[in-house]
Order: sequence, then structure tokens, then C-alpha cells
Amino acid sequence: MVTGKAKVMKGCDAIVESLLKEGVDTIFGYPGGAIMPVYDSLYDYQDQLKHVLTRHEQGAIHAAQGYARVSKNVGVCLATSGPGATNLITGLADAYIDSTPLVCITGQVASHLLGTDAFQETDVLGVSTPVTKWNFQITKPEEIPGAIAKAFYIAQSGRPGPVLIDITKDAQFGSLNFKYNKCLEIRSYRPVPSVDLEQVKKAAELINNAKRPMVLFGQGVILGDAKKEFKSFIEKAGIPSAWTILGVSSIPNEHPLNVGMLGMHGNYAPNKLTSECDVLIAVGMRFDDRVTGKVSTFAAQAKVIHLEIDPAEIDKIIKADVAVLGDCKSSLSLLTQYVNSATHTNWLNKFKELDTEEYREVQQKELIPDTNKKITMAEVIDALSVKTNGEAIMVTDVGQHQMVAHRYYQYSSWKSNVTSGGLGTMGFALPAALGAKLAQPNREVIAVIGDGGFQMTIQELGTIFQYEIPVKILVLNNEFLGMVRQWQQLFFDKRYASTELVNPDFQTIVKGYHIPAELVDKREDLSDAMDRFINSNSSYFLEVRVGKEDNVFPMVPSGSSVSDIRLK
Amino acid sequence: MKKQYTIIVYTENNIGLMTRISNVFSRRHVNIESITCSESEVRGVHRFTLVVHVEEEKVIKIVKQIDKQIEVLKAVYHVNDEIVYQEVALYKIPINVFSSGKEIEHIVRAHYARVLAVKGQFVIIEKTGHKEETQELFDALNPYGLIGFVRSGRIAIPKPMESLKDYIKDLESSINQN
Ligand SMILES: Cc1ncc(C[n+]2csc(CCOP(=O)(O)OP(=O)(O)O)c2C)c(N)n1
Repeated sequence: MVTGKAKVMKGCDAIVESLLKEGVDTIFGYPGGAIMPVYDSLYDYQDQLKHVLTRHEQGAIHAAQGYARVSKNVGVCLATSGPGATNLITGLADAYIDSTPLVCITGQVASHLLGTDAFQETDVLGVSTPVTKWNFQITKPEEIPGAIAKAFYIAQSGRPGPVLIDITKDAQFGSLNFKYNKCLEIRSYRPVPSVDLEQVKKAAELINNAKRPMVLFGQGVILGDAKKEFKSFIEKAGIPSAWTILGVSSIPNEHPLNVGMLGMHGNYAPNKLTSECDVLIAVGMRFDDRVTGKVSTFAAQAKVIHLEIDPAEIDKIIKADVAVLGDCKSSLSLLTQYVNSATHTNWLNKFKELDTEEYREVQQKELIPDTNKKITMAEVIDALSVKTNGEAIMVTDVGQHQMVAHRYYQYSSWKSNVTSGGLGTMGFALPAALGAKLAQPNREVIAVIGDGGFQMTIQELGTIFQYEIPVKILVLNNEFLGMVRQWQQLFFDKRYASTELVNPDFQTIVKGYHIPAELVDKREDLSDAMDRFINSNSSYFLEVRVGKEDNVFPMVPSGSSVSDIRLK
Repeated sequence: MKKQYTIIVYTENNIGLMTRISNVFSRRHVNIESITCSESEVRGVHRFTLVVHVEEEKVIKIVKQIDKQIEVLKAVYHVNDEIVYQEVALYKIPINVFSSGKEIEHIVRAHYARVLAVKGQFVIIEKTGHKEETQELFDALNPYGLIGFVRSGRIAIPKPMESLKDYIKDLESSINQN
């Protein structure tokens, strides 16, 4: 226990002091009646705590998510009661399913008004319970330091997640004897199960006897900070390794054992070969249905080893023959000790053969299309990838452009992917990118967004302008809700119900926010425009008109087995 | 195969935990057949007893999800053979029916029930037992003009000798080691 000296102060000051004790220097938020005492305190703490005023609470929470995803910090956001708090819900759900550590503080009406339908009173605990790792309502000032300490501990320990603290206005106004002790344990909560050596040995034995082992890795590698441990493991055991959308950037794409993306729009080889491997090693991933396709046939022939921090994930979707609970940083390093050095050249070559097929059937056509065709999304991402050496932090929205960005960007740096994976939240990327840029000011941060999703949180251009956040915004404009249109084309007889967008002039809008903007419609203009985009020291908006009815392939139709992946 | 399972959950005493636990069921479209909650033998630790009718695979997943909640100390499930369990039921009968002959008294005795209270217009009968037993008494009394009936949720104690106090001690010492 770290104990400090007690000091009498107001609840609202105690909230800010508590944040400082947790090392917070940036928060995102939006003021309103029930949180005004805290805003009043923030006025006094301006040089210690930067508050970023977004243009919508959803923007604040996505920005906090972006901030958390590329740093080791908890994202913090602040909102008022009622509508302020309910505007956070999408972000909470997103952070919950993607295991992002957040602490959200919401103001609440005074405690004597709870349950009276007072102005802007919403049952925020009730509404947020299903989408938070933990939530708590503070009605007395003296509860503030303890609850905030607990919130930070819970948000970032074990499998991370969002936490919400609802604080009544009287608790903010009241005073307390402030003393801050960081929370180091909660008796009912064991965030990191200890690794069972017997299970590790069993896993190693399966791996050592495998002829065609394959690793599927998820965000657990990044969340577990297991960069070295993961690399050593796959290199020693010589195992081809494929990533889920949240796993990318755990090892560089060009690593010889990185065999690409799993899932519905992933690469051909890893999808096909999950049906041929004999031992499947899942590391920090949860077998989302977008990855497994039809569960009953998924890797049915293989023995499954599951390295996972959350016991509730074991056997949830795919039964594990050997479950290794624990932090993958520990379990991977133990496992590496017990596996034999191996190479699986023939097996790895199978991936290469299928890669060649995918290149011939899909990628080549996307990257070098007929000259009479409109620009493809793949060409744009490829140019971006080459010109940034794959080193940028890629923040992607949801839809076709997201899939194409993950398929064609050659991620070369650790922890460079911010996307809404589990929830698929359109509107995520713009605010998440500004948050990511504030966390990593020295890295290039690029938001890749569709014309649909851009308009879901377009108002955050105001935040980017006000705080001069040099985040780059790439909009791939196909004048459609492209991904939905693709499904309509393939599975609903081309009945394009409400997917065509009649868009405003984005150039004018962005310029209205005083952000330099450029539009590319012709292939020959792309390269130079991309240079200006990347070389700009300020924020920059690049809109590229792409083929209106282009599709993303390969594709595992929903409900099909991954081995039935279609190349066209 | 679907079967009856009793889930026992030990928790800290916190507002909102009830919602967190019941959400685990409702989110998976599982009906809770009965639920009771009260303080356990350890001060400040509450004990939920829930009954569900599901496949074992499902109850395992449900228990893991409950166990995962921050303020849950422990969640377990049992089949009926592994526990001793009871429910209590109360039956309200008009006093004139009760005193107009010996029949009701016979029924009460035959079912090992007892008269709990006699209050002005009515009599309250109490019966403790398994659901089938309290139901049998209900069926027997109903024709006589039962005017009120209530049955509690199940309470259950697992047969193996494990003490909650020891478990909590273990929890606290394992945390201190880490
Ligand atoms: C908030 C939200 N609403 C609806 C959807 C369903 N949805 C998934 S992709 C998509 C289309 C996205 O269109 P756009 O942003 O233009 O990107 P594109 O697919 O064209 O690249 C829609 C509507 C969603 N994911 N999120």
C-alpha cells in the first residue's frame, strides 16, 4: 500500500487529484450540468491535465480508446449525466469487446434526486452494466479516491476493459479528507491466472509431435506486451502464424513466419490451411465468428492449444485439447523452453503456394487494375504502405476500406493497429485517430475511413482543428455503404436498398474546418497527392474516388466453412 | 441433454451485482427458474442460489461468465444429487374453511406442513420441501378455496465439506503472495 498524507478538499478536486495520482495527463470529454464542478476544478489544473473537448461524447470515448490502444495508458473520458452518459455507450461496448482499458467518469444528479426522473437523470449504472468490466456509483465524497483507484486497477489489469464511475453532483461538491492509495488487489478478482507448468508441457508435447502446426494470434500478444516472447516462440518452433484483425502488428508482416490475416476477408492460405493443420495454437484470441466461419468444421481435424488470460474464453467457441491459462508473456516464454527447435519447410511452402494463387487471382487485379478502371482501394493502401514504409499507426473505420487496409498495408512496427474489431463501429476511426496521435505524437497516424463512416463522426474535424492535431485522414469514397452493398450484390440479388450515398462536397466541409484537403480521381495523380498527404506537418485530408461497385475478395460467406473461402 | 442445475454464487455485498449476474442469463436467453439471495455465514459475503434448466455445456459457460465478474468470490454449479436443498411455501386459507371440519387439518398433517399463523379472517399454512412436495400440498388445498400461495426460490447446501471461510482465507492469502 502506498500511503500519502491526508488533505481536506472538495470532491471535484479529489477526482482530478486522483487522476493525477494515476499518472493521467490527457483526458477527453464534454461538459454539462451534472459534471460542472469537475470542469471547474479542471480550470485550476490546466497545466497538469490536458482536457480535449471533442464535439460529441462518442468522439470523446473513441478518442480515449485510440489513446489507450497505442500507449500503455488507460484512456480517460468525462461526460455529464443523462445524454452525455448515454452517448458513451457505443464506445463502452466497443472497448468492452475489444478489451481496451478505459475509465469513464460521468456526472449524475444529486443523490436525493436519484430515481425521481430529475432533469438529465438516467440510470447510467443500469444502462452501462452489460458493456463495462465494472461500474460504480459514488454518492459520498469520501468514496472518491477509493473508487477511482479501484477503477484504474480493474481497467488495466488482467484482460483489460472499460470501467465507468458515476458521481452524483453532491459528492462532487462535498468535501473529504483526501488520501490516495493505489489499488493493488481485490480479493474477489484474480486478473492473471498463474501458468500451470503441466499444461505447458502438454502443449509442448503436442507441438513437438506436430507435422503441420499453425499459430493463430490475436490482440493478446499486444495486450500482454509479449513482442519478444511471441517472436522467440514461433521462430524456435518454426510455426507459420496467422493473425486476427486485432492481432496484426504483433510481428511485422514481412516476417517469414507471418502468413497473413484470418477470417472473412483474410488471406487465402491461412483460411484454407486451418482445415489442414494438425495442431492449432491459439494465442490471445477468442475465435470470433468472423474468424472461424462455421464453427463445427473449423479446424475440426486439429488438436487445439489455447493460450488465454480469461478462463471464460476457454471452450467458449472452440474446445481446447490443452488450455494454458495465464498472461501470454509468461506462458509463451515457458512454452518456448519446452518446444524443440524445428522448421516446417514443406508446410510453410504450402502457404506460399496458396499466396501465389491469391496474388494471381485477386491481388494482382486489385493492385494493377486495367487502366480504364477507377482507382481501387488496394492501390491507395499500397501506395500509402510503400510511402510510409509500413511504419504508420493505421486507424481504420468499418467496411470495405477496413478490410482492404488490413489486407494491403504492410504493418512493420509493433502496436500500430487501431480498429474497431469486435463491435465494428462505424464512426470509430476519426476520433480514435486523434486520440492515438495525442498518445504518439512522434508517429505518423493515419485514419482510413469510408464515405459512410466519415459522416458518422465528421464533427470531430472540429477537435482536430481546435487542438491542431496533425492526424492524416484518408477517405476512400465509393459513394456507397460499400460493404453492405457488396452483400446486397452477392446475397440479395443486387437489390441496393438504402446503400447509395449522395454525399456533400467533403472538400468544402474539411476546408471549412481549416484543414488542407485534396481530392484524387485519376490514377496518375495518386502518387504525388499521397506524398503531399504524408509529408504534411499538419493534419491533411485526402479523398480518393474509388470504384463504386468494387468488392473485397477473398471472402468466406457468412456461415460457411473457412476452407470454402471464395476468390471471386 | 437439458437438466436441472443449481448455481451457487458467493459475492461481495454491492449494489448492482444482482443485475450483473442476471444479465449473464438474460443475454444468453436462459430463463432463471428461481433465485434467492441473502447474507452467508461470512459477514458481508452474499450468497445467490439460482436454478436453471439447461445443457451442462451451457451451465459451465454461464458459471465461468459469472465467476468472471469482479465482485464474485466464487461461482459453482451442482446437480441435485450433490446438494441438500429446500424451498418453503405459504398457503392462505379462509378461516371458515379451516374450522368447518377436520379435513384441512388432516391434509396439513399428512403433508408434514404446519399452521404458521391464525389471523382474523384467515390461516397461514407453511410447508418446507422440494418443489414437488409443496406443489402436492397446493393441489390438495386448492379445491378448498386457497386464497393465497407463495413459494420461495431454492436454497441449497452442497454435500462436500468445504468451508466458505477457509476458501476466502485462501483467496486472501494467495493474493498477498502475488
Ligand atoms: C454504427 C454502424 N452502423 C451500421 C453498420 C453496418 N455497416 C457495416 S459496414 C457498412 C458500410 C460502410 O460504408 P462506408 O463507411 O462507406 O465504407 P465502405 O464499406 O464503403 O468502405 C455498414 C453500414 C456498422 N458497422 N456500424
